[in-house]
Amino acid sequence: MRPVGVAGLGLLGAVVFVAAFGPVLWGDQATVVDTGNLLAGPSAQHWIGTDNLGRDLFARVLVAARLSILLALAATAISLVLGIVLGAAPVLVGRRTGRFITSAVNVLVAFPGLLLVLFFAVVFGVGARGAALAVGLAGAPAFARLCHTLVAAVSERDYIAAARIAGVSRIRILLRHVLPNIAEPLVVNATMAAGGVLLTFAGLSFLGLGVQAPDYDWGKLMQDGLNGIYVHPLAALGPGIAVVLAGLAFNLTGEAFAAAPGRVRPLGPARGPSVRTAPVPGAVLSVDDLRVTMPGPVHAVRGVTFTVGEGEAVGLVGESGSGKSVTALAVAGLLEPPVRVEANHLVVAGEEDHRRLGTSLAVVFQDPMTSFNPAHRVGPQLAEVSRFHQGMSRRTAFARAVDRLRAVRIREPERRARQYPFEFSGGMRQRAMIGMGLMGNPRLIVADEPTTALDVTVQRQVLELLAEVRRETGAALLLISHDVSVVTDVCDRVLVMYAGRVVEELPAGDLRARARHPYTRALVAAVPDLETDLDRPLAVIPGLPVDPMSAPAGCAFAPRCPLADDHCRAVAPPLLAGVACHKTAEVRV
Amino acid sequence: MKTPVTSRWPRFALRRAGRLLVSLWVLVTASFLMIHLVPGDPVRAALGPTAPADLVLAHKEELGLLDPLWQQYAAFLGRLFSGELGASISTRLPVGETIAQRLPATAELAVAAFLLSVAVAVPVGVVMAVITRRGRGRRAELAFTGTNVVIGAIPDFLLGVGLVYLLAVQTHVFPVAGREGPSSYVLPVLALAIGPAAVLSRIVRVEMLAVMEADYIRTARAKRLTNLRVYAVHALPNAVTATLTIGGLLLSSLVAGTVLVENVFAWPGLGSSIVTSIVAKDYPLVQGTVLVYGVGVLLINTLVDVVLALLDPRSAIGES
Repeated sequence: MRPVGVAGLGLLGAVVFVAAFGPVLWGDQATVVDTGNLLAGPSAQHWIGTDNLGRDLFARVLVAARLSILLALAATAISLVLGIVLGAAPVLVGRRTGRFITSAVNVLVAFPGLLLVLFFAVVFGVGARGAALAVGLAGAPAFARLCHTLVAAVSERDYIAAARIAGVSRIRILLRHVLPNIAEPLVVNATMAAGGVLLTFAGLSFLGLGVQAPDYDWGKLMQDGLNGIYVHPLAALGPGIAVVLAGLAFNLTGEAFAAAPGRVRPLGPARGPSVRTAPVPGAVLSVDDLRVTMPGPVHAVRGVTFTVGEGEAVGLVGESGSGKSVTALAVAGLLEPPVRVEANHLVVAGEEDHRRLGTSLAVVFQDPMTSFNPAHRVGPQLAEVSRFHQGMSRRTAFARAVDRLRAVRIREPERRARQYPFEFSGGMRQRAMIGMGLMGNPRLIVADEPTTALDVTVQRQVLELLAEVRRETGAALLLISHDVSVVTDVCDRVLVMYAGRVVEELPAGDLRARARHPYTRALVAAVPDLETDLDRPLAVIPGLPVDPMSAPAGCAFAPRCPLADDHCRAVAPPLLAGVACHKTAEVRV
Repeated sequence: MKTPVTSRWPRFALRRAGRLLVSLWVLVTASFLMIHLVPGDPVRAALGPTAPADLVLAHKEELGLLDPLWQQYAAFLGRLFSGELGASISTRLPVGETIAQRLPATAELAVAAFLLSVAVAVPVGVVMAVITRRGRGRRAELAFTGTNVVIGAIPDFLLGVGLVYLLAVQTHVFPVAGREGPSSYVLPVLALAIGPAAVLSRIVRVEMLAVMEADYIRTARAKRLTNLRVYAVHALPNAVTATLTIGGLLLSSLVAGTVLVENVFAWPGLGSSIVTSIVAKDYPLVQGTVLVYGVGVLLINTLVDVVLALLDPRSAIGES
């Protein structure tokens, strides 16, 4: 448990102790009338002074704990029970009446608690019992709403349906099947609510609507002390501090139980590259020994080296979790701490610092539905690039955005530019995203699964558009995809990634027939084509991808590889002549 | 594509107006029933055990309590539609007049406190989100959530008492109580605003953290804009919706919170009059004040929903 939770529980323990034993330990002291010390200030004898009858205020604050806590708990219990009954109404009384109760609760929840408290205070009259009922009833709608949400989630489950079909009574379903499953969040919320109720109660007594003399709770003590705040501030502040401490005790305890997610140990800062290497001349993208580590630590990319030549199209293929998208994000400079990116060098268009890249790098993301900002119109989102990097005025930049939208074949670009992203279809958004990359003069386009979220006919259009853009601008392309056929169609060269490493690098034309790595061959074989015999089961790669938390020492593919031996499992094969495999000799080409 | 855009607004308006009307009806009926729910004889309770029987009877007559319930209800509704709220039992003044006299002071307090809390919470929340994004700034996060929880645990009237002690009794910077001149507003507004500002800044931070993880923020960063531009132009507008929802709830609870704070500062608003009238069992005055508070809250809720629908057109279709 976190230190906050420990503090909360400790504080709660202290509060409960004082509430339980306060009247026994300090009860006499709190009632002794000291006529020689009326309304005295703090002294060694009376720590926070005395009241108008000379009674010790510190003792009174301690004694008041019991009544304050008891009233708060009573009111919370009323809220909780009533809230459960109202919130579980759909289970208890059937759907139609349940719906009526739910909408009534929704109407009541709209009113602030204090207003409901005042309303019920009128009905039940001034006094401790009336106030407890008032606070309890006023809290019920909020609990009912919470309970309703929780019950609704639980009652969808199969075991509830099964119990219902088996003819178990409604009350029994609620008690045996529903409540135990929502008890935890309810208790957490009740604990926090008790803190709030305590404060509300203090407020009511402070207003003179709650506890009446000669009884006293913290609110009543504060009310008595407020008039003398000039001469005797602690008389009002003392009970106030008690209220806050007790409220905190409940809140912190509740929070500690509510939020207990496992904490991830943060990574240390990135070490400077152990070796600095020079970029490959003539390459628009040059990466040497790229390593990306995420908190955990998860080694998502474990030393990747490759280049993309001027105007070249390079594909990066692999299963989910192979590190290909992380590689793309690292290349685009879009990974932020706590993700750690290290490389001997990572140079894009001659720049090592991504901030100075300007518009020479364009990025197309996987999901066009979420990659546009829903709060802004499409045109200005494109125009922003030119306004920011090329210093264009709002109007010229917008005109360019319209022109680019036309270039990516969006019909009626003037009208479309004034629309919001949600008015675009998925394919249109992806074309607009490409258009965004064309606002400047990109030398490299990084496309991270640009067609995955689109349907097949639209995929084709987007790929053709990318090809056309490359013909016109001469930009290089780094295409990330899990789709072997897309990559063979579009790219010149292919890098195959597995478990954060490049396992094979080969011309795209060789992918189908001349791959040498067993993983590449399995990947290609898993793609059905026109000659695939549909009567036989489709080929799959046996086994599961490597858990990136525990990458093995040897070849990561060994556990799934039919050719693997002990040497494969012990020693990781280096990438030699385009393939990282000890067994290339045994792979028949 | 055009049709759903045009047809969903009337439907939204209809649904929202329906909910407002039902809520208003519940409020009006509840405040009518309030006096009938009081156990025993409310008029006897109000006038005290020594009041002569014929005076009690006369008051009952005047309040219409001798008629059948449905007739009283009809008369109550009829009077409401003509803006008539009855007369106070203790002061004999028309309730409407008392409320009209005291409402502005309360409204000023609530609005000023709301504006202050938003003005503080939004920048603080955004800055904290930026500092603590992706698990950074552990210490800043701990300090922020720590102070936030502590401040959130202090009720507004206690803050008021503390502020009075620090800034009025100890240092005489601001007046202790009353409503005279701009300086008298400072303490009550602060007392009301600090708690909501803490809650709201926590919401803004959480929302910003969520928004900063969104794909379109990555797009914005891919455009290599400055961080300031990414956060202010791309992230903040998307965090506003949830902030506004909570802000609306806060505003209505602020309206109710004035009751306590007004009593600390002897503020001549509705809050102090509702308490004295509850204690004095002045039912017509309580009834009128509860109605005014309730209507205020309902109008705020409706307003927030409308603004939300305008800001985020999808929210108008979404709910059912």
